[in-house]
Amino acid sequence: MYPSRFRYEAPTSIEEAIALLSSLEDAKVLAGGQSLIPMMKLRFANPANLVDINNIPDLGYHRADSDGSFRIGALCRHADLEKSKILGEHQPLLAAAAPLVADPIVRTRGTFVGSVCHADPQGDWASCMVALGGSIVAQGPSGKRTIPVKDFVSGPFTTVLAHNEIAVEAVIPPAQGTRTGGYLKLERRVGDFATAAAAVSLDMSDGVVKDAGIGLTGVGAQTINASEAAEALIGSRLEDDVVERAAELAAAATSPRGDHRGSADYKRHIISTFVSRIIANVQRAEMQVA
Amino acid sequence: MAIDEVKIGGLGASRRRVEDNRFIRGKGNYVDDVVLPGMLHMEILRSPLAHARIKSIDTSAAYAIPGVRMVMTGEMMAARNLAWMPTLSYDTQAVLATDKVRFQGQEVCAVIADDPYIARDGVEAIVVDYEPLAPIVNPEQALAPDAPLIRDDKVNQTNNVVFDWEVGDREGTDRVFAEADMVSELELHYPRSHPSPIEACGSIADYDRATSKLTVYMTSQAPHIVRAAVSMVAEIPEHMIRIISPDLGGGFGNKVPVYPGYVISILASILLERPVKWIEDKTGNLISTGFGRDVYLKGKLALRKDGKILGVRMDTVSDHGAFFADAQPSKFKIGLIHSAFACYDIPTAYLTNRGVYTNKSPGGVAYRCSFRVTEAMFFQERMVQAAADDLGMDQAEFRRINLVKDDDFPKRTPFGFLTDSGQYEKCLQVGLDAIGYDDFQNQKAEAAKRGRLLGLGISTMTEPLGAGNSREYDILGIKMFDSAELRVHMTGKAILRTGAKSQGQGHETTWAQIVAHELGIPAEDIVVEEGDTDTAPFGMGTYASRSTPVAGAAVSMVSRKIRAKARKIAAHLLEVSDEDIEWELGRFYVRGAPDRGVSIQECAMAAYSNVPDGMEPGLENNAYYDPPNLTWPFACYIATVEIDPLTGVWDVIRVVAVDDCGVRINPMIVEGQIMGGLTEAYAMANMQFITFDEDGNCVGSNYMDYLLPTAWETPGFELHEVVTPCPHHPIGAKGIGECATVGGPAAFVNAVMDALKDIGVRNIDMPLLPDRVYEAIQTGSDVSGHPPVKNR
Repeated sequence: MYPSRFRYEAPTSIEEAIALLSSLEDAKVLAGGQSLIPMMKLRFANPANLVDINNIPDLGYHRADSDGSFRIGALCRHADLEKSKILGEHQPLLAAAAPLVADPIVRTRGTFVGSVCHADPQGDWASCMVALGGSIVAQGPSGKRTIPVKDFVSGPFTTVLAHNEIAVEAVIPPAQGTRTGGYLKLERRVGDFATAAAAVSLDMSDGVVKDAGIGLTGVGAQTINASEAAEALIGSRLEDDVVERAAELAAAATSPRGDHRGSADYKRHIISTFVSRIIANVQRAEMQVA
Repeated sequence: MAIDEVKIGGLGASRRRVEDNRFIRGKGNYVDDVVLPGMLHMEILRSPLAHARIKSIDTSAAYAIPGVRMVMTGEMMAARNLAWMPTLSYDTQAVLATDKVRFQGQEVCAVIADDPYIARDGVEAIVVDYEPLAPIVNPEQALAPDAPLIRDDKVNQTNNVVFDWEVGDREGTDRVFAEADMVSELELHYPRSHPSPIEACGSIADYDRATSKLTVYMTSQAPHIVRAAVSMVAEIPEHMIRIISPDLGGGFGNKVPVYPGYVISILASILLERPVKWIEDKTGNLISTGFGRDVYLKGKLALRKDGKILGVRMDTVSDHGAFFADAQPSKFKIGLIHSAFACYDIPTAYLTNRGVYTNKSPGGVAYRCSFRVTEAMFFQERMVQAAADDLGMDQAEFRRINLVKDDDFPKRTPFGFLTDSGQYEKCLQVGLDAIGYDDFQNQKAEAAKRGRLLGLGISTMTEPLGAGNSREYDILGIKMFDSAELRVHMTGKAILRTGAKSQGQGHETTWAQIVAHELGIPAEDIVVEEGDTDTAPFGMGTYASRSTPVAGAAVSMVSRKIRAKARKIAAHLLEVSDEDIEWELGRFYVRGAPDRGVSIQECAMAAYSNVPDGMEPGLENNAYYDPPNLTWPFACYIATVEIDPLTGVWDVIRVVAVDDCGVRINPMIVEGQIMGGLTEAYAMANMQFITFDEDGNCVGSNYMDYLLPTAWETPGFELHEVVTPCPHHPIGAKGIGECATVGGPAAFVNAVMDALKDIGVRNIDMPLLPDRVYEAIQTGSDVSGHPPVKNR
């Protein structure tokens, strides 16, 4: 690859990294690099400075905290989540999505937090974070702040991060009851961007939906938060007519563009089909447990 | 006492590929691995627009960058009469654009710099002022009465038609259609695809002023043709040109043509008197070099009620892009597309083809197609399935009725080829038994209960491989024979050189096996070398599955010449007359006294130390082989699929392949060829195509948009074989490199159509993307996939 000329820094602490971002013009953070490097190769992105955070220790974690929240560090790779022993138990939606992110090569290097920061409307993790009501913890010169994902992404490929802030962690709030859910993605080939994908998270208690979230991938200018569809599920026992209504509301929340992956109508149809299927799969699993 | 042929790596040995030893260690030697002293680097500025007039080019900012040595423009090329070059199909192609750009990705300028980074910086600094013109992305637009003229550079060109071509018996075919019980019709488009070898194209031109010699390292499947072409274009005497084609990272027909990048690097080296390296990136490769297919069909079959096909009519339109640069035998405008229906006994046929210019990249004959046989067999097998469905007849039975019978060979095909041999019905039956044809309807009913649609698709075909014979096949007038040169050293080891050029086919392994078969020298004692025009004998290169049929035959023939001389030496050593010498693998012996013998290695030693009086010393020879006919392998591919009607996604359940390619030299390599071909066939049917939007932008300029299947999607393949030795090839072998790519796509598409036939769908254009399949299920009608891609 032959990118434009750039300067490379490899700090070993967050503080050092933030100081570099504060002092350098036009600097980009390099974590997994699975979006940034190809864009630099094509010279679509020509940052003057790269601040590589891979040498900063202790950012590769993912863990469930005692308060029930779930935390993913800035250098946790997709593959770490895919192979995780604890993810499925705490975050079934993330466990369902992990093997569907990009392809095995990208998953080895790419990071969860980096993917959310990239703010690609076709990113899988952003939809999951939306469905789960997650937040990003940003650290800057004056300390940390927690930003809900729905406020974090300000547009396609843009976030509210300041130039000298680093997204150090993703946080997912505790479940209200038992957390379940799933992720379905239509792609033409492994590693393709989603034609359409749906993330559904359900917190269940005694067969009643206590909380729900639906995030949609690839069907709008940014990740879609299908909140009306999710609200339609809350308080229900996932009766057929409720699920059908939620699936319709999810499809109605999209604003897809027709392209070589399919027409806008097709993508809407896939969303409603997938929302129904995820919920049906959840119900089937529940029945097997019962 | 005879040698076990398989043990010495002869015919039938699944010998491990000797070339892999260096490839898997990262020790291959590709063009980009070659570094010459003082070498400069070149990068090409490509047009962002599909059709535009060039108003001005400002290179001053590029020249201002330290390390930029030269910026080449069309004007500079024109000053040396090199702005345009001849193509392999007697058209012309712009080397660097002077007047207009005619496709997105066309070469506009080239920057030569100290390193590849600076060369790219230089390209970015060039300012070109374009006046956009209306782009044409399909034949319908090209043939519209008010269409802009793409090739206004050509003196007598008044429209966008490249040529009109026809073959077959028009009147006879019309008559048959008038009398037929039924006519089955089908319209479809075989979309544009790209061979996309892992290694893109590239060259290092090294002109030495002191010796006047031009050496070019180049990604070429046909280095000798390139030497001739460069000699003509650059007016350098042929003996002063050395083309070296080192290891190639795949070719698939993409590396047959002569590309502007090669020519520019050569002129740059002559002007700068330094070696100039040009390494194309993947996007450059995908948007500017030899593509495949892009042909439209209106097909008709005349049928008798009992299922007999009486006649074929095919009207085709081919989209060649901005320059007619197809690499194909000169006599044929649209390759060997008229090999269609060669496996069926059909009395009469007629085919028309209109070639058109569009604002797309040139170079239509590539991608493992054996000169457009891919299109021929896809059209054939889609038409056959549609006809069986129209007749309400079982698709296997319909084929059985019409296939050529075993004792009818040699058989004249509907369009006039002569097929050589085969056991077509047997292959079909092996396939049907393997897939469990009789049980499939039960599986289908079972799946319907789960809300899934099942389909089974068959593709049977024979194809012409191994151009050519010199009567009919030439490229730019050069006859399509091939060659081999064998030197046996005194210790019985040998070096073999051929005029072919492996790009992954495994020639270093298999050619040695042919020598082992003919001479009994262990394959491991034979080194094979190809691709250097200063050392290899003249040959037409490797493409169109021609290496085994032609160069492979030459290897056999040269080995036999060596054996004939060795026999004389043996007679001398054994002190008997020639007539009293018998041969068994690796050894001559005295008739009636099998214990008295000498090995081929002993003969080799004697050739350098103890030749009979009057005999020339040494043990080497060469052979040029002009095949009497093409070879005609047969294949039966059967696929079963399951469709999710709510998403349009289809999954392959099973794939059965029955290939008859005659005698197999290395069964493992043959199986690898078949599996690779089936993977490409699946890709073609499922995901892989190059399309264009209304502005002429190429959709498919990178691997995110141009989808090659990975191990994750690719289904498993079940391989079977039938062996009908080729009657005219020295070892009975037929071509195999392209069979599965050619015959495979129809099996997958026919399977999906089989699943959908009950709802009235007869065709979905490839690739059968989920949205197309879903649309067909929803509407119960056909779905076309012509460019431009619609924003629906």
